[in-house]
Amino acid sequence: MEPYMSITTETAAKVAKLARIRVEEDALPALAQEFNNILGFIEQLNEVDVAGVEPMTSVTPQRLKRRVDDVTDGNQQGKVLKNAPDAREGFFAVPKVVE
Amino acid sequence: MLDLTYEAPKPKVIAGAKYDWELVIGMEVHAQVASNAKLFSGASTQFGNEPNSNVSFVDAAMPGMLPVINEFCVEQAVRTGLGLKAEINLWSAFDRKNYFYPDLPQGYQISQLYHPIVGEGEVIVDMEPGIARRVRIERIHMEQDAGKSIHDMDPNMSFVDLNRTGVCLMEIVSRPDIRGPEEAAAYVGKLRQILRYLGTCDGNMQNGNLRADVNVSICRPGQYEKYIETGDFSHLGTRCEIKNMNSMRFIQQAIEVEARRQIQIVESGGTVDQETRLYDPDKGETRSMRSKEEAHDYRYFPDPDLLPLEIEQAWVDDIAAKLPELPDAKKARFVADFGLSEYDASVLTAEVVSANFFEEVAQGRDGKMAANWVINELFGRLKKDDKDITSSPVTPAQLGGIIELIQKGDISGKIAKDLFEIVYTEGGDPAEIVEARGMKQVTDTGAIETAVDEIIAANPAQVEKAKANPKLAGWFVGQVMKATGGKANPKAVNDIVSAKLGL
Repeated sequence: MEPYMSITTETAAKVAKLARIRVEEDALPALAQEFNNILGFIEQLNEVDVAGVEPMTSVTPQRLKRRVDDVTDGNQQGKVLKNAPDAREGFFAVPKVVE
Repeated sequence: MLDLTYEAPKPKVIAGAKYDWELVIGMEVHAQVASNAKLFSGASTQFGNEPNSNVSFVDAAMPGMLPVINEFCVEQAVRTGLGLKAEINLWSAFDRKNYFYPDLPQGYQISQLYHPIVGEGEVIVDMEPGIARRVRIERIHMEQDAGKSIHDMDPNMSFVDLNRTGVCLMEIVSRPDIRGPEEAAAYVGKLRQILRYLGTCDGNMQNGNLRADVNVSICRPGQYEKYIETGDFSHLGTRCEIKNMNSMRFIQQAIEVEARRQIQIVESGGTVDQETRLYDPDKGETRSMRSKEEAHDYRYFPDPDLLPLEIEQAWVDDIAAKLPELPDAKKARFVADFGLSEYDASVLTAEVVSANFFEEVAQGRDGKMAANWVINELFGRLKKDDKDITSSPVTPAQLGGIIELIQKGDISGKIAKDLFEIVYTEGGDPAEIVEARGMKQVTDTGAIETAVDEIIAANPAQVEKAKANPKLAGWFVGQVMKATGGKANPKAVNDIVSAKLGL
């Protein structure tokens, strides 16, 4: 069975850009091929007729867990900022993001 | 339930250089849920705290942290849906909207694209008595707010505060049913009023707790009707989205400016590009946010960390049963029960605290008189002091007391205003003040007769003139009122003066 879509090097470059992962130009064809292999593998699922079958969202019958509206967390500025490459005056400091 | 009848307003028409143009506007309003904790974490939602202090490891997107939904937020979304007469979806689900920005540590926003919790509803937007626009609501979904980036603290850096990250927003999406800048501002105003009645959002626009994205397009007269008939958007112009506005005045200005920009482009033979724009109130222009365009591929997919949200009809029914009376119903009831004009009823129901205040004053008293006193005297006096109804020095019981004294004929309208000022500034029981300070209207005809006799005796020349010209009897009435310190019943004085002068 033919894969229903084929990933070109352009698509691979776009996906990499959206994910903010740098991929060198010469690595793109291999990446595109990898994508195609994965999609081809997943494509096998299309062979199963699932008409009228509800998508399964959990392997055990459970309800989405809820929390009451109480403040139980926070007040840990030091810990939150601990791994930041740069933090000043309680803020994360990042390279300027407006042009 | 009572309903007031209304007609649709005329759409705004802008004259271009060549043709007339109409506007078509749809809105996405983001309303922050008035909860203590965030949508998926136990961190506080309080405004104005130290930066990054309202942050859990879930909000900071630390590896391995899992979201757990705040049930109160779900309840508020359902309440809001019910308040907008919308269908409630017992089955909804969360999706990830993927994009990169420094104030979004997860790299995605948890939202509800495919299965929102609330479906179609409506908002009746009052423009003036008897004129209102019915704006259809397409959907309401829950989503996480992003953090806040500050760009002006350092020339080379942006500073990020995650306190707002993960706070629950309700995105209320309208159909393109709004036909002018004034209607757009009124729509946000009406939505804000309903949310405040429901208590699901405080509506504080200054803090960004209510903000709007506005979709604007232009079309030639007649085209909109074709769209409504067929549902085919190709009858309308290309729309632009103006992002993130938190003032009704700016919303109005931005739409006007954007419509004129589009008219100019189309009339000079160009085409409008569908894009996201920002309004700059200082320059009075909208400009393209090109940087955001490329990121528009959000690659939505169902969030694997969250099961679908299933709620029970009985729970929804329970919320519906506890819904407060909403502005439209309250206004209609004020008109029907108290005989108020629609205008007065609108003023009194603008805020639920004003409406409650009025009802307490009007209870068992003359409704129209109560409305006049609340709107003209009390609101006027509060405004002078820059106060609002919640800090009114006069209680409903006190104002009601003043009205009762007028209704009983104990004091005249003029004295009532003096009494109001005393109660406002000094406090106290109106009836006791009237008694203690001798402000009671003199209805004792004996006392009035004596006063009339004295003035007639002292002014024989005036008596002759009045006999020749009965209109001059008013002078005697004035003198008697003056002599009694305004406390004489004017009607009684009038009658006695006429009788004594033989008119």
